[in-house]
Formats: sequence, structure tokens, C-alpha cells
Amino acid sequence: MKIKQISVFLENRKGRLSEICSMLGAAGVNIRALTIAETETFGVLRMVVDKPAAAMDAFRTHSVTANQTEVVAVEVPDTPGGLAKVLDILTDNDLNVEYMYGFVEKFTENALLVFRFDDPEKAHQTLKANGVNVVGEHDIESL
Amino acid sequence: MDSMFWNRQVETLERTALETLQLERLRLRIANALRTPLYQKRLFRAGITVPEDIRSLEDVRKIPFTVKDDLRQSYPKGLLAVDMKQVVRVHSSSGTTGIPTVIFYTQGDLDRWTELLARGIVASGATAGDVFQNMMSYGLFTGGLGLHYGAERVGLTVIPVGGGNTQRQLQIMKDFQTTSLHITPSYLLHIHGRMAEFGINLSDLSLKRAYMGAEPHSEPTRQKLQELYKMDIFNCYGLSEMNGPGVAFECHCKADPHVWEDAYIVEIVDPATGEPLPDGEIGEAIFTNLIREALPLLRYRTRDLAFIHPEPCACGRTHRRLSRIQGRTDDMLIINGVNVFPSQIEEVLMSIPEVGNNYMIHLTSRNGLDRLTVQVELYQKLFTGDLSQIDTLKGTIKDRLRASITINAHIELHEPGALPVFEGKAKRVVDERERL
Repeated sequence: MKIKQISVFLENRKGRLSEICSMLGAAGVNIRALTIAETETFGVLRMVVDKPAAAMDAFRTHSVTANQTEVVAVEVPDTPGGLAKVLDILTDNDLNVEYMYGFVEKFTENALLVFRFDDPEKAHQTLKANGVNVVGEHDIESL
Repeated sequence: MDSMFWNRQVETLERTALETLQLERLRLRIANALRTPLYQKRLFRAGITVPEDIRSLEDVRKIPFTVKDDLRQSYPKGLLAVDMKQVVRVHSSSGTTGIPTVIFYTQGDLDRWTELLARGIVASGATAGDVFQNMMSYGLFTGGLGLHYGAERVGLTVIPVGGGNTQRQLQIMKDFQTTSLHITPSYLLHIHGRMAEFGINLSDLSLKRAYMGAEPHSEPTRQKLQELYKMDIFNCYGLSEMNGPGVAFECHCKADPHVWEDAYIVEIVDPATGEPLPDGEIGEAIFTNLIREALPLLRYRTRDLAFIHPEPCACGRTHRRLSRIQGRTDDMLIINGVNVFPSQIEEVLMSIPEVGNNYMIHLTSRNGLDRLTVQVELYQKLFTGDLSQIDTLKGTIKDRLRASITINAHIELHEPGALPVFEGKAKRVVDERERL
């Protein structure tokens, strides 16, 4: 099960991140996970939200440069070595992680991580086959 | 101290006599101009059908302006006012912006131009016995040959080295005890940094002065170079349309160059309205060439912004002084010595689909080097969310700009709508460089 991630192009300007978050707030969209990849003059804000369609609508209305991509949200045991085990599965199956980041809150005993793979479909199947719990879009919405 | 004047009579001519001379010569040039189709049409339209229609010097304002494009449109011989058999020299601009502009000279034209340079050289204190190393490039460019003939007329020993080859330049300076240079400020700065490399000390040289031109520079730059070389530096102003160097030349007072007003009518006008501005106010410098018959140019718009000093100079010359160039009315940028038009940058940006329509050009300087920053907006629909995409895009813009304008630009990407939007004429260039 793949979920939607929204990427927003952010120029390095005071207050810009807050403006983006306010737009989401006004649209009743809740951020579940986020990360910022940044360079000297700009950044890319990546996030998983409960209502991706509503978020994209809000961004379109405000002419924010945003794009949707598919990522995989994975439950990782919140114990020492938990993440390593999941990563081992990926390595053994020759799956490349482009980047990853954690959810803001914990919803179960497990930690929830977002993975971006170059082949999300294969990653999803492989993780499932190895008994790793992959979280679906519906789960995110109802978290 | 007559040694400081080449032609004391003309250089110190009383203003009214000078203006009478100007009017007389203006009529001669009107007569030349009426022989070219372009001026015939324009002057007729302005009610000038014979030279005598110019009744006073104020009547110069009846004459329509001439612009650079008129020269381009007239390429190659459209503005030639004499028989080609009378032409003894041709000069031309490099034509980096398209069609070159061509200037013709009769022998009389060259003689009159050379006289102006002789005046400038003598005003700087140079005389027979001085060794003059001309480091401006020779050829179609007027800078080399202009000073060359002026220096010969005064009786200096002329070494026509031309530009480039720093090691040879320094060797010649040393071996021939060069006293006077003609050089651009950037080359003069450059050479100083390389003297040690070639084992030359300042004490090995006999430099007394340099004539500096072809590039706008500031007073602090002159001061700095004077300190570095322990010599006097004189600012000279010129443009090929007005013959070349020597339109205006500094005297020993070094308080901005005297425009040889028996040879040129200089006006300062508001670049937007074309209306004349009083002395002391900055506007566009307009020149009428009073001494060239082969190719008359009347009220030529230089696009150089400057002002005329209202006060007389301590040297006693009555010819008024033109300030340093304060800017340009057109938009050509000179970035690290390279001529760049914003339109070239725009062309590159607009050929890349991921780039939006709005952009800004920022110029800053650090340690004497210019830095070009191009700010562009990312085209919303082509954003994929990938950082690598953006890096690739920046690389693409940088590479294509370098291919087009030969300059390494710093690229800044912005969100759509982040850059200023202009109503009417866009002001996309922000030049924050310290002026040399």
C-alpha cells in the first residue's frame, strides 16, 4: 500500500513555512509526518497529511508550487535494532531508499516511518512478504 | 608656462569667440550632412535646408537627435558625405551587438582629430623626449591609432605595442625607459599584480604618467593606481562616433576632462524628454562633431550619463569639463569586462521550460570582481518534488548562460510570484556594484 506524499518548493524566506502550515490549517488538513530538505537558497518541504486532496486544493488556490509523489509508510518496532532489521530486508532485496523520515506522533507501540523508494511497488511487496506492516492511506487518514 | 599648451590661442579662447567658432563649424557640418539621404530628410523636416538656416548656436536644438541605430541602419556607407576617394581611414566598432558602426575620415579629419590629442598630451606635461608606450589595441578600434598619431605630432617617441603580452610590455617599459602609457584601468591594475612574477620592480621603470580611457573608472581607482605606480594618471574620454579618444582630455589639474569645444558641441539633456539641462546637472551627453567632414554626426546620443562642470578650471582653458560617466541610459552591462545585454540572459532563461517568466538580474562586486546573480522562478507545473531535479535545473541554467555570455552566474531559484512584478517597463537589473 502506497501513500501520497506532498512536496512543496520553498524559497528560503522568513515566515514562508509558517504561511504554508497556516494554509493547511485553514483547510482543516492535519500534518502527520514532515521533513525539510534544504539547500543554501531553497528547500523542499515533504509531508504526509490526513487529507492530501484537500491540501493540494489549498496549495493550488494559493499558487504554492507543490507536487504529489508516492511513498511507503512502514511500522518499525520501537526497540533497539528495530529500524536496522527493516533496512536489512531492503538491502537483501536490493531496494534503494532515496530518503526517509519519521511521523510526528506514535500511534501504536511501533514507530512509523516514511520511505521514498525508486520502486515503491516492489518495496511494498517485499516488506509485506517479510512481515513488515505497511500502513495504507486509509490508516493515515483515520490515525 | 606655455609648455603646458599645444594651442594656447584656441584652448583659452574667450567663450563668445569660441561659440562663434562653433556656429561657423556647425554650418560646415550641416552642409556635409545635407549630402546624406538620412540627414537631408531629417533636416528638411526640421526646416533646415541650407546651413544658414542655423542662425545661432541655440538653433542646434532644432536638429533632431542621431542615435546609434542610425549608424547601423546606414551600414556600410549610408552616412558617407564625401567621395570615397577622399576617405583615407576607416574605423569600426566591434559589432558585438549586431551590425557594426563605421566611421570614415578624410586626411583633414584625421589632422583635426590628431590636433585634439596633441593638446591633451601636452596638457598632461608630456613633451618631446618622453617615451610613449601605447598599450591600447590597434586596428579598427579607434583607441590605439588615435593616441598614436597625437603622440607623434607632439614629438614623443611612440612604441606601438598594442594590448596584451604583459611580460613583453614590462620588458619594453624597462628597456626603453617608457615615461607615458596609454592603457585601460583594468589592464593597469592587472600588470601591477604581475610585476614581481617577471622580476620587474617599480624602481626599474621610468613611468611618469598614464592616459587612461576606454573603460569608465572612478576617482578612487585613479588614486589607487597613482599610488601603486607613483605616477600621474589622466582621464581621457572619447567614442568612435566622435572620432575616438581625445574628445575630452584632462589637463595637469586632473579635475575631469576638458571637452574640446571648438571641435564638439556638448549638450546635457534629460534622457527621457531630450530637453536641455543646466551645467552641473546629470543627464545624457549629446555630441555634435564639428571637425569631421567624411561622416557628419549631429546631436549624437551617447547614452552616457554625465554632467558639465559649471566652474572654470584653474589651468585657464575655457573649454568646459565633462564629469566622469555616471552611468548609461541604455541597459548594456559590463560584467568583468564582458558586454552583456539583459536580453541575452532573458533569451537563455526563456528557453528552459522549468523556468517561469519572471526573473531578476543582480550585480554585486567583491574584491574588484563582479558577481552576477540570476534569480528565476520555478515553473509550478514542472516541479516534481525532487531536490535533484532542482539541482539539475540550476546546473542547466548556469551552463547555458555560460555558453551564451561567457560568465559564470550564480543561480537562485524562487517560488512563483516571489519576484517583483512590474507594471509597464520592467526593471529587472539591480546593479549594486561599487563603481570603480
